[in-house]
Amino acid sequence: MLRASIRFALLLLCIAGWSVSALSVAVDRPLEDPAQEARARAIHKQLRCLVCQNQSIEDSNAALARDLRVLVRDRILAGDTDQAAIRYIVERYGDWVLLKPPVKAGTIFLWAGPAVILMLAIVLIALWYRRRGGPAGRTVEPLSLDEQNRLKDLLGDGDRS
Amino acid sequence: MTAELGHFALVLALSVALVQATIPLLGAWRGDQGWIALARPAAVVQCLLIVIAFGALMHAYITSDFSVLNVATNSHSAKPLLYKISGVWGNHEGSLLLWLLILVLFGAAVAVFGGNLPAPFRARVLSVQAMIAVGFLAFVLFTSNPFERLLPAPLDGRGLNPLLQDPGLAFHPPFLYLGYVGFSMAFSFAVAALIEGRVDAAWARWVRPWTLAAWCFLTTGIALGSWWAYYELGWGGWWFWDPVENASFMPWLAGTALLHSAVVVEKRDSLKNWTVLLAIVTFSLSLLGTFLVRSGVLTSVHAFATDPARGIFILAFLITVIAGSLTLYAIRAPAMKGGGLFAPVSREGGLVLNNLLLSTACATVLLGTLYPLFLDAVTGEKITVGPPYFNATFGPLMLPALIAMAVGPMLHWKRADLTGAIQRLKFAIVAAMAALFVTLVMAHDGPWLAIPGIALGVWMIAAALEEAAYRLRLFRAPAGESLRRLLRSPRSAWGTTFAHAGAGMVIIGIVASSAWQVEKLQIMRTGDVVAVGDFSFKFVGASPFRGPNYSAVSGTFQVSRNGNDFATLKPESRNYQDPPMETTEAAIRTGWGGDLYAVIGDPTGDGAWSTRFYHKPMIHWIWMGALIMMLGGLVSLSDRRHRVGAPARRGAAGRPLNVAKSPAGE
Repeated sequence: MLRASIRFALLLLCIAGWSVSALSVAVDRPLEDPAQEARARAIHKQLRCLVCQNQSIEDSNAALARDLRVLVRDRILAGDTDQAAIRYIVERYGDWVLLKPPVKAGTIFLWAGPAVILMLAIVLIALWYRRRGGPAGRTVEPLSLDEQNRLKDLLGDGDRS
Repeated sequence: MTAELGHFALVLALSVALVQATIPLLGAWRGDQGWIALARPAAVVQCLLIVIAFGALMHAYITSDFSVLNVATNSHSAKPLLYKISGVWGNHEGSLLLWLLILVLFGAAVAVFGGNLPAPFRARVLSVQAMIAVGFLAFVLFTSNPFERLLPAPLDGRGLNPLLQDPGLAFHPPFLYLGYVGFSMAFSFAVAALIEGRVDAAWARWVRPWTLAAWCFLTTGIALGSWWAYYELGWGGWWFWDPVENASFMPWLAGTALLHSAVVVEKRDSLKNWTVLLAIVTFSLSLLGTFLVRSGVLTSVHAFATDPARGIFILAFLITVIAGSLTLYAIRAPAMKGGGLFAPVSREGGLVLNNLLLSTACATVLLGTLYPLFLDAVTGEKITVGPPYFNATFGPLMLPALIAMAVGPMLHWKRADLTGAIQRLKFAIVAAMAALFVTLVMAHDGPWLAIPGIALGVWMIAAALEEAAYRLRLFRAPAGESLRRLLRSPRSAWGTTFAHAGAGMVIIGIVASSAWQVEKLQIMRTGDVVAVGDFSFKFVGASPFRGPNYSAVSGTFQVSRNGNDFATLKPESRNYQDPPMETTEAAIRTGWGGDLYAVIGDPTGDGAWSTRFYHKPMIHWIWMGALIMMLGGLVSLSDRRHRVGAPARRGAAGRPLNVAKSPAGE
């Protein structure tokens, strides 16, 4: 099943790559309108370069990243909204292309995890403080060495070192 | 012949490690002095054998012996000598050998310089070290032999990835490994202490220098790595939250927590169980980092499928180490009672908060790094967890830690007065307010989050300085008194000052460079001019040239500021032949205010070039800050009490020697 999905992804890559190269020469040519260019750049930052590790297409030299940049610019030029442009890419490459994983059933623990862990840790520490003899004000000096030795003598526990 | 010698040395080292892992441990258990005494010579011999093996591999690289498969796959005769040497660890097999080399060097250091450790304890530590070595040696010998021959030998090698042919990256892995392996010392000490069933102030004092040294190396390694990404990848990014970076960042976070909790064990005989657990976790994360990066599992689960032997070995080894040490912990830890009590608002309480936030942040990074693997394995669904996730989760967790970090060193041990501590930070509060105001005026349209961000960095630096001034009673006592305190104040306290101020600089660098960066993407012809912030870049021209193992194009840009000549930038775009690959060499001009960053990209085909320019305000503060943090670690490492060694062990309830009552004490 995995192999099939990889093959499918590769196929998509090829199709997308081909259609892009058919549309324009693959050079990073910024859009004429600075506002449109800024929108395209903001979208670039949210999309993953498919052949790199966690780099956005905004930060990558890979040819595929360049093609995707061009593709996003084309969508913006064609009048897409930001959402529509992103949806266009996601429809072709899947959620995998999004650097920010969407909140859905499979990612609930991913998104809730940090808060849950923090809460748990706070509760554990609070319990630990309470068990250790209560809040501030009731801290007890540990026994001095002499006192400890006396206690040991009294308890007849002097042989344990 | 040398390759076979290296291989043979590895086999011998494995047998020595097997002996070292068992006999001294049994000796310590039975009280047999002869068996205990075996630990030291075994550690030294093992070290010599691995030095021979490493030397053999390095010899094969330097002489370009392509009959060795590893050299043929990763080196090339035309490569400069530096990269022939760094090629030794620029691949899976060689990097494991480097890991082993550092491990046994540390082990030999304990054997030779560990005279202040009780002999049975030292024997146990060295045995645990040898167990780790057994795992790695078996992995190298059975699945990743660097000395495998290739017959017939090819005429030339396939070369090293050109991106890795860079001085910054040549030294990045050794530093990272010195950090990872340094934490193995904390691990071995922790496991040995669990076997003995005793953790006390003396233990903490033995562990701290090793942890500090490891932390310094890891800080340097991570900083070098991010600096390399910044200048080499050509897009001005320096941290991508990619799994490989996270793999080194997690041990750093856990190690930072460990450094702080070990202080509480040493000074107050408390948090013992937790500190031992942290030592185990920190090293486990180091192991995870080493293996996951090198095995390629992080890029895709399918790496396991391409080489099942390695994958299964790695899993088995990780499980053995982690499950084994945690089981031992579960059996032994409940019996270890903490000593000194303290109120939640106290120096110890502050360090608990530090540990709470750092550990949660570390767990978050772990979750984000492994979640895609987990989801893919369970449901087959593919997702990417990228920077937006980590910025949204890691950031908010670190924020309170950074704010509190300034106050912590001002708190008294046992029970502290928070209001008083904050009042003593008057100057820092004023400085932070001033920074807030100045930033607001200078960047009134800038992203609003950046303004408190800068104030936070200033708060951290100013508080670190004010704490030092308080410790010296500067301006409150006669100058002579302050001078006397300057000479007498412990170096570890200065370490804190440096490290905390350095962290403040990192924050300022991150905030300023990401909030006020100016970037320009442009198609340019000769003579074109483009404005980037206050600067204007004029394209003078591009010309081809040849390097030792690449051909390249060099662009020349004349930069002026307000009409005055400022700099000439010459970025390159290189084409390597073996292996064929294109890289960009950004031209970077670092000034007081920040970096100018220029890149020349592809020709458009009609005489123009795609170019990119950035102005990144104060970005160099990130690496300067990291350097100062590392220096802080070194200063702390030079503290007298690490040099004179640990105090003699007391009775079973070993009470700490000196409990400082005032913040001035430590």
